[in-house]
Amino acid sequence: MNPPSNLLDEALGLGHGGAMAPLPAGRVVLVEDCVETSGAFVLHHLLKRALSAGEGDGAVLFLALAQPFSHYDRILRKLGCNLSVQRSNNKLHFFDMLKLEFPGLTEGNDIEGGFVELYSKIQRAIEASRSKEYSRGCITIMIDDLSLLEIAACGSIDCVLDFLYYCISLTSELDCSLVILNHEDIYSSEEAPRLLSHLEYLADIVIKTEPLSTGLAADVHGQLTIFNKGTCNRHGHSMNKIHNFHFKVKENGVEYFYPGSQY
Amino acid sequence: MATAKDPNLRPIRTSSSFSRNPSAPSVAAPSPPVPGVKPGPSGAAFVSSGIPDLDKILGGGFLLGSVVMVMEDADAPHHLLLLRNFMSQGIVHRQPLLFASPAKDPRAFLGTLPSPVSSSKEERQRAPGLDPDAKDKEKGLRIAWQYKKYFGERQVPELHDRGEKRKNDGGNVNAGRIAIQSLCAPQCGYSEMDWDMVSFVRSLRAMIRSSNAVAVITFPTSVLSPSFSKRWQHLADTLLSVRAIPDEDKELAKLLTGYQDMVGLLHVHKVAQINTQVPVILEATTFSLKMQKRRSLILERLNQAPVDASSGTSYATSGGCSGSSKGSPLDF
Repeated sequence: MNPPSNLLDEALGLGHGGAMAPLPAGRVVLVEDCVETSGAFVLHHLLKRALSAGEGDGAVLFLALAQPFSHYDRILRKLGCNLSVQRSNNKLHFFDMLKLEFPGLTEGNDIEGGFVELYSKIQRAIEASRSKEYSRGCITIMIDDLSLLEIAACGSIDCVLDFLYYCISLTSELDCSLVILNHEDIYSSEEAPRLLSHLEYLADIVIKTEPLSTGLAADVHGQLTIFNKGTCNRHGHSMNKIHNFHFKVKENGVEYFYPGSQY
Repeated sequence: MATAKDPNLRPIRTSSSFSRNPSAPSVAAPSPPVPGVKPGPSGAAFVSSGIPDLDKILGGGFLLGSVVMVMEDADAPHHLLLLRNFMSQGIVHRQPLLFASPAKDPRAFLGTLPSPVSSSKEERQRAPGLDPDAKDKEKGLRIAWQYKKYFGERQVPELHDRGEKRKNDGGNVNAGRIAIQSLCAPQCGYSEMDWDMVSFVRSLRAMIRSSNAVAVITFPTSVLSPSFSKRWQHLADTLLSVRAIPDEDKELAKLLTGYQDMVGLLHVHKVAQINTQVPVILEATTFSLKMQKRRSLILERLNQAPVDASSGTSYATSGGCSGSSKGSPLDF
């Protein structure tokens, strides 16, 4: 059953020809949000897509630093996806990292060691998932959210970036996709937003949620700007496209619409 | 006309203003009501902030399991009003309370807590019973403070280990409250350690999530760098800020009704969204703080005063105006 495609899916290059495809493999998606407008709903949407792909088709590794499992479970249930079942079927590998601490706060080696351990856990989970028969689907790694990973690493941006580069290598070597949620306003207020510029450079798709310039409204919760590098049209020419539209978040889904076209 | 009795008209059943039925079967079996805790939709539970108007604005109160942060104003101590009401509400409901403060004598602050309107001698006698909790905590803070030179950031995890023990002792039945005043203020000994402080807030948040408690943390944003200020703001589930109103400001007096009674302004930046992805959009986000009879705090939506006809503008605007449509004095 193919649900109707919405503006977000179209902008991401999914949903063409009516196929409910999860994220195409090998892509790095960066979701940026700010205090006024949370981008968590984009993660929930992508999580649901990745898990709804059908039997044997792909798995999700979810690194949850921001919220406990119950939070996502409740939300996804209202969206029509049962996380507990997916977890017991090993389609969802949920890493509860709310209280993640890298030991040895002052010594660089231990922070690195912590990341190495985390990365090997991810690798093991991917290999375990791939080793099942007929599993050729895409594995999606989701990180919610990156700024908390940086706090856990006590501000050691080098370690965080190294870890990210390793995860990105997985997208090409092991056919994974990477979805990262990051709080853009933390980094744009810095003098030299190194992490932000690295991320935006590495990402294939950047999804940014912002409030409307006119402020809060009950009917429109904000605007989405999607920059999709490397989309190809039918002739194989690369088309970089920027999409911008408004959204309204509801319990059972999100409505996307062009400005002024609602009601 | 509608006044004629129409046999086809059915009496309108009053329906809840919530679109979801709060007693839906998805909610767990009802547990015996805990005093001072109000159930909400999606298995949420609220405790009162101590200010009835604020409870209404936030849709029930402070969500258990959430972290409330209040951004202080360097010019005026209005955040203390919020803290005092929060703490005294906890004492009235006999909820375990943990209080941490950078002040030299935190007990003095406890003395300023407003006593409940209908307090009996019993309650006053019981209130000191909770002080040992708070006192232990302050002692812990003071000791940590003295040794900061020697131990550095070790004290920060110690602080929240203590908090964790307190929370566990505090009883699984009753909701717990944690009030932390001016967490990153210069007197607080840890203000140099940006990463440790934000790491502490993150750990506190993780701990609160899985517990039956609410934490209210006030912090002076002017002390933090803009990027760290944003980190703290992102860590908050509910984010409020207080702002002073200058006395005798003629422009503001013209702009707002009831200006003379206003103590300050409260702005609601975000409201806790636990177990839901839907943001809480308030009709108004900026409120004036007024003291009623020197005791209870009331929050009111801002009402723009009628525009003077002689000034040339065509019509007077009235009704609640949210902060974003105002000019610079009220911008946050």
